[in-house]
Amino acid sequence: MAAVSRAWLLSDAPASRAQARWGRRYQLWLAFRRNPLAVAGLAVVLAMLALALAAPLLATHDPGVQSLANRLAPPSSEHWLGTDELGRDSWSRLLYGGRVTLGMVVAVVILVAPLGLIVGCVAGYAGGIVDKLLMRVTDVFLAFPRLILALAFVAAMKPGIESAVIAIALTAWPPYARLARAETLTIRNTDYVAAVQMTGASPWRIICRHVAPMCLPSLTVRVTLDMSSIILTAAGLGFLGLGAQPPIPEWGTMIASARRFILEQWWVPVIPGIAIFTASLAFNLLGDGLRDVLDPKQR
Amino acid sequence: MIEVERLNVHFGHNQVVHDVSFHVAPGETFGLVGESGSGKSTVLRTIAGLVPGWDGGLAVDGKALGPKRDRAFFKSVQMVFQDPYGSLHPRQTVDRILAEPLAVHGIADAESRITRALEEVALPRVARFRYPHQLSGGQRQRVAIARALIADPSVLLLDEPTSALDVSVQAEVLNLLADLRQARQLTCILVSHNLAVIGHLCGRLAVMQGGRIVEILRQEQLRDGTAQHAHTRELIALSHELEG
Repeated sequence: MAAVSRAWLLSDAPASRAQARWGRRYQLWLAFRRNPLAVAGLAVVLAMLALALAAPLLATHDPGVQSLANRLAPPSSEHWLGTDELGRDSWSRLLYGGRVTLGMVVAVVILVAPLGLIVGCVAGYAGGIVDKLLMRVTDVFLAFPRLILALAFVAAMKPGIESAVIAIALTAWPPYARLARAETLTIRNTDYVAAVQMTGASPWRIICRHVAPMCLPSLTVRVTLDMSSIILTAAGLGFLGLGAQPPIPEWGTMIASARRFILEQWWVPVIPGIAIFTASLAFNLLGDGLRDVLDPKQR
Repeated sequence: MIEVERLNVHFGHNQVVHDVSFHVAPGETFGLVGESGSGKSTVLRTIAGLVPGWDGGLAVDGKALGPKRDRAFFKSVQMVFQDPYGSLHPRQTVDRILAEPLAVHGIADAESRITRALEEVALPRVARFRYPHQLSGGQRQRVAIARALIADPSVLLLDEPTSALDVSVQAEVLNLLADLRQARQLTCILVSHNLAVIGHLCGRLAVMQGGRIVEILRQEQLRDGTAQHAHTRELIALSHELEG
């Protein structure tokens, strides 16, 4: 196989399927790279994920060890971001909290995106009674305010990270199903789908191999734009005591337990606040950049 | 080979094809001509199984067709669409587009079949792993023709195969279709609004107006001006006018 080079990627006469695919991806990357804000967003997201993954290496203290003599300390060389109300190191808790918070976001997306995609594509492609049934179910979920419905789910189950993930996932999928259905309705009537139908392929094969891939770009954009609201919902559940339970560090929970000190020891709640803000903003910038690159209507 | 008997097609409460009947012999190329909106493409799509809501009799190769077509039908009947920009999946390479019918019908030796199909429609080897947007209109229509023929059908339905192409490319594609039809003994139905195209390829043709066939005539009648129906004469006069 030829060496991977710029010329190989940009060749207008690819010699294999893999080269054609990578060439197309490289073109997308080149387009994405022209948007500095989006690249910054991507860099921040990757950096946060790397920091969270490397938490055991980078943490200066055990995030669970209390030191009541040294509570609410301001940032110092010993405790880089100070300590919380129980004397635990904020920097270490922030790193480990990133694992929980970002982990929840990733788990929600892994649950939600395929579900929304399949429900939407099937409803849009099948039409008729299947479409009506699936869309009314979607409407039922859409009719409730997101946080309230998530609260009700968590209250029905026992509070914890898993229940929070399931609750957020249950409330987050309907918009994706709607989006995928709308895309499918336009794709369904194109000649290229008619041509696949003329090969005698089964509806399931047509949906999975021909329709769903066309819905993916807009869904990807929507997911990245929604990441911030998923983070905020996760943090909100944590803040209300229904997400991660103490002593597990989670950004929302960290703000909740430190909110009493916002006037005197303001850095204690502000630091996880900045983390949430930065992550949300980075995901939004990334989503905007992806939309410019992936949205088929803009190409 | 193809029998259409008293075919009616409805879109909702709107009947767009009325009582259409014609027969196509094996190896024959039959033309359907008419103004846009005359229902000619609808007849073709109904035969292809892409339109629900029809009644009447349809048979291909002696087998009557129901509302749902089986895989054997799609192996023997294929279609080339009007717009080569819309009939190729924008996210799939030529290779993947051609491999799909082979995968669906479980045909082995995909590799050699794809190479042969590309040669048959005179596409360069380098086009194999390109995306449709990297091809010209004529090349795209060649890919669509290769896709239609790759599973060896016996019937080819052509829905205005050249009307979205430049005039210079139209002749190339028409000649390609004429050659392939000859080499593979295909039975074809060609839909067009262009009498010159129909006259070039078809032995017999039906003239449609308002969803009905007004006249079925032979190619020679087109030339020597013995068409009976007023609408046919109108179309012929119009095409002479356009040719200058």
